[in-house]
Amino acid sequence: MLGLNKKDFRLLMIVLGLTMLAPFILNPFPSSSGLAQFNAGYPDLMQRFVIFGIFAIGFNILFGLTGYLSFGHAAFLGVGSYGAMWMMKLFSLNVIPAIIMGVIVAGIFAVAVGYVSLRRSGIYFSILTLAFAQMSYALAYSVLTPITGGETGLQIKSTDSPLLSNLAEGEIGRANLFGMDMRASYEMAVGDWLFTFNAGYYIAAVFMLISFYLAIRIFRSPFGTMLRAVKSNQTRMYYTGLNARPYTLAAFVISGMYAGLAGGLLVAMDTQVGPERMFWTASGEVVLMTILGGAGTLIGPVLGAGAIKYMENILSKINKDILHQWFAFLPDGLEDFIITLVYPFIGKGWHLTLGLIFMAVVIFLPGGLVEGGQRIKRLFSRKKKPGDDEADKASQSTPAE
Amino acid sequence: MEAIILQILNGLDKGSAYALIALGLTLIFGTLGVVNFAHGALFMIGAFCAVTLSRLISLSHEVAVEGKVDFLGNPATESVPYIYDWFGRATGDAIIDWAVPLSILFAIPVMMLIGVIMERGLIKHFYNRPHADQILVTFGLAIVLQEIIKYYYGANPIPTPAPDAFRGSFDFGAAMGFDPNTIIYPYWRLVYFAFAAVIIGAVFAFLQFTTFGMVVRAGMADRETVGLLGINIDRRFTIMFGLAAAVAGLAGVMYTPINSPNYHMGMDFLVLSFVVVVVGGMGSLPGAVLAGFLLGILESFASMGAVLEVLPGLNQIIIYLVAIIILLTRPRGLMGRKGVMED
Repeated sequence: MLGLNKKDFRLLMIVLGLTMLAPFILNPFPSSSGLAQFNAGYPDLMQRFVIFGIFAIGFNILFGLTGYLSFGHAAFLGVGSYGAMWMMKLFSLNVIPAIIMGVIVAGIFAVAVGYVSLRRSGIYFSILTLAFAQMSYALAYSVLTPITGGETGLQIKSTDSPLLSNLAEGEIGRANLFGMDMRASYEMAVGDWLFTFNAGYYIAAVFMLISFYLAIRIFRSPFGTMLRAVKSNQTRMYYTGLNARPYTLAAFVISGMYAGLAGGLLVAMDTQVGPERMFWTASGEVVLMTILGGAGTLIGPVLGAGAIKYMENILSKINKDILHQWFAFLPDGLEDFIITLVYPFIGKGWHLTLGLIFMAVVIFLPGGLVEGGQRIKRLFSRKKKPGDDEADKASQSTPAE
Repeated sequence: MEAIILQILNGLDKGSAYALIALGLTLIFGTLGVVNFAHGALFMIGAFCAVTLSRLISLSHEVAVEGKVDFLGNPATESVPYIYDWFGRATGDAIIDWAVPLSILFAIPVMMLIGVIMERGLIKHFYNRPHADQILVTFGLAIVLQEIIKYYYGANPIPTPAPDAFRGSFDFGAAMGFDPNTIIYPYWRLVYFAFAAVIIGAVFAFLQFTTFGMVVRAGMADRETVGLLGINIDRRFTIMFGLAAAVAGLAGVMYTPINSPNYHMGMDFLVLSFVVVVVGGMGSLPGAVLAGFLLGILESFASMGAVLEVLPGLNQIIIYLVAIIILLTRPRGLMGRKGVMED
C-alpha cells in the first residue's frame, strides 16, 4: 500500500490512529480527579507534540542516516518561522502560503549552510553548524532587527494588512486555513471528561503524517541506503567511485526543510516568532529528542519529541503542594522526607530529570526508547521460544570488516 | 593609539578565560581523545566554589549586644561571623574580603576530585565509543551539573566582589605617557590576566620539565607504546583530567568578580571555547592559548564604535566568522598537528 511494505504500512496506520485519536488518548483522566494534571490533551501541547515531531523526524534524516551531528538545527526552524511570519504579515493570513514560504526559505538557507559545513565531518561539522546557528541568532537579535523584530520578535499587529485578506481597519488578523480559524475548537463533554478537537492541531497532524510518510519512503529508498553507507564507511564509498557530498547535502537540505516546515507550523499556530527559537539550546533540544527516542529509527524521534514536550509541560507544573497531596497518606515525617527526595527532580527541576534520563539512554541504550522497547519485547518472546535466540543473533550480526 | 591599546586590554580578560578553558579542553582531548562538552560546567562549578567558600566563611551566629534593646524591649542581637571569634575582628574582615582569592586553595582539591570522579565514573567507559556518543553523554552531564547548581544556588546571578584592594581602576594612560583617563582598566582584570598567564605557564612547565609531564607527552604522542613500556598511562591520564578540571575551575573562581556567576555561565563559555579549540587546532596546547587570546582581542576590536558603524553587529559574530573561515581554509586550525582529527 502507498509504496510501503506491510510492516511500514502498519506503522504508518498506527501513527495515523494515534494522532487522529490523540485528544482521547492524551486525556485519560477525568477532569475532576487528582490525576487530571497528567492530561496532555489540550490543543497547545498537542500541536507542540506533532510540530516538534516533524522537527525531530527531519533531524533524524540527517543524524540518524548519515551520522552527521548538527548542533545548529534550530536555525532552520527559526528562519522558516520568520519566512512564514512575513508571508502572513504581507501576503495572506492563510497558513498554506506561509508554511510553503517557511519551507522554501529554510531550504535555501540549508543549501548555503550545508554547502559550507559539509566540507568537514565529525566534531568540526558540529562546530560549524553551531557557529552558523549562533551567528543567525546573534544577527536576528541585533542587526537584523528591522526584519526580525529583535528581542521582541514578530507578531501580527493591527497595522498589518495582508494583500489577500480583507481586514477591517484596525482588525488584528488571525491565522486561518481557507477561512477556518486555527484556534477553532470543538469540545465534547463525555461524563467527567472534556475532549477538545482543535483545527490547528489536526492541520499540523496532517502535515506530520505526510512528513512521516515521506521519511519512511526516504528510509526505504536507494537514496536512504546511500546515506547509511555514508554513516558506516565514507572512505569505502569513495573507493567504489561514489561522491558522498551530493547525498549528504541533499539529506542536509531535506532535514532543513523539515525544520522549516516545523517553524512555519509553529507560526501558523501561535502567529509569533522570536530569536530565542534559534538559540543553541533549542538545537540541543532536538538532539535530545532524537537520541532519546532512538536515532536512525522511524518512530523514535516522534516518541522522543513527545516525551520531552510532555515533561516540559506536565512534569514542570508539579509543585510542592501537589506532592504533599499525593503523599498525604504517609506519616508526616516520612512524607516530608520523600518529598525532599523527589522535589529536585520535578517542577522547575525537570531539566535535571531530563539530563539524567538522557545520560542513561546514551550510556545503556544507544538505540533510545525504541531499542528499549525492542529489548523488553525480546525478553518476553525469548521466554516463550528459546529457539528464537539464534535467529536474533543471526539477524544482528554485522558483516566482518 | 589609545583606543587600540584599550581594546587590546579589554580583549585580554575574556581572552584569558577562553584560553584557560580551551587549554583544559585540549588537555583532555589530547590525552584521552575525548570531546568534553561538560567542560563549561566545570568552569561554572569553579565559580560556585568561590560562592560556596565566601558563604562558608561568613557563616554567622547571633550574639546579644550589651546594653541595647530592640523596639519590643528584648535584648538586641547582631549576627557575628564565626570567623571573628577565631581570628579576631580585623583578621576576620580581611579573610572575608579576600574570599575569592582564597577560594583558589579551596577549588583546586575540589575540582581535581570532581575531575577524577568524572573520568573514572563516566568518561572511562566512552573511550571506545564514537565521538558523537562522547559529545552526547558529556552534554547530558553538563545539563545535570547545571541543574544541580541551579537547585542549590537558585537561578539568579550571585554577586561575588573582588577584595577591596583591587576594586579601583588603573590609569594606563598616565603611566604610559598618554593623556590621563584615556586608558582606564580595572585592577581585577589585570589580576585575572596575570593569573591566567601564571596558570598557563605552570601547565606548560609541568608538562615540559617534570618526568610526569614527559610521560604524559609521550602518552599523547603514542599511548600504546608507552603502555607497552610498563607505564600505567591510564592513571596519569586520569590525573591530567583532574588537572584540566582544576584549570577550568580556577578560571571560573577568578572570573566571579568580573561576571556574577549564574548556573548557565558555563554553557555560554563552552560554545565559544569549542570554537577557540577548533581555531587553535584540535590537540595543540599552544594553539588553544594563542587562539583564546587572539579571539578575545578580535572580539573586543569588533565591538569598537568605529567598526560597528561600518559593519553593525560584527562584535556578535566575529568569533564564529573567524572559526568558519579558519575551518574551511586551514582544516587543522592555526597550530594543529598533522593527522589529528583532520577529516
